[in-house]
Amino acid sequence: MRARVFVTLKPSVFDPQGKVIADALHSLGYGSVADVRQGKYFELDLSTAEPAQARQLATEVADKVLANPVIESYRIEVD
Amino acid sequence: MRFGVVVFPGSNCDEDAYHAAKDVFGQEAEYLWHKDTDLKGADALILPGGFAHGDYLRTGAMARFSPIMREVQAFADRGGPVLGICNGFQILLESGLLPGAMLRNRSLKYRCEHVHLRVEQTDTPFTNAARVGQVLRIPIGHGEGNYFAPSDLLEKLEANRQIVLRYTDPDGRIDEAWNPNGSVHAIAGLCNERRNVVGMMPHPERACELLLGGLDGRLIFESVVAAMAMR
Repeated sequence: MRARVFVTLKPSVFDPQGKVIADALHSLGYGSVADVRQGKYFELDLSTAEPAQARQLATEVADKVLANPVIESYRIEVD
Repeated sequence: MRFGVVVFPGSNCDEDAYHAAKDVFGQEAEYLWHKDTDLKGADALILPGGFAHGDYLRTGAMARFSPIMREVQAFADRGGPVLGICNGFQILLESGLLPGAMLRNRSLKYRCEHVHLRVEQTDTPFTNAARVGQVLRIPIGHGEGNYFAPSDLLEKLEANRQIVLRYTDPDGRIDEAWNPNGSVHAIAGLCNERRNVVGMMPHPERACELLLGGLDGRLIFESVVAAMAMR
């Protein structure tokens, strides 16, 4: 199975990189891009064929390592 | 007294901290490799600056899994003085020995310069030789020193007097223009509730000799030497 983990800064946390990218897009004429939030994306190749087990494993890894719960939240997709 | 300087793969201020402890202050010092499980009789621990384990995921994120960190945690739990400098501070945050987290500097630039710090608390083993309100001039060198804590935690840190150092102007006034990284409440250093674990982004070990441009970092080392002498 493959698990995809999307880690982003929590909405309450200012994202300096996202802000700079949004400013750059505005200067390129993309005024309709209201805001940008930058995050991290991880693909985990898992040696299990069991979706529930894959999700549990990815959740554990995200909680323990991939995301810092003080500033970040994450979303997991399994396929 | 004996300093223990923890060395992770990627630490790069370990020799500076060791040099300050041993050559400037005439104390004993030992390097503690991150795989060690013995603190070699250290009375105080320094987690130095650098890029522990490469800092590829987040600054300080992997270092908490190093075997030595179990000993560091136990030492802190016994009340032993622990100082995290720069990357060492980031490691203390990631490992939960101090609360909060670091973000990229507001400017997104790596800032390497002298800053001014106002001493807010002197009842920690690393600031007891300073006066409240004293302004220290000490260098920083970091890209992720933008301290963040959610508002409820910030209130708690203020109420518990855990904010030890703040970025100020040369006269000790808080001014966003003198905040080099965007840290909330201009936080440059903080301690745990028990006050024995202190983290700071500026590098006191780089400000202990005139050759390096200043002596204000000495207060941090003199404090812990004094604290150990009073035991």
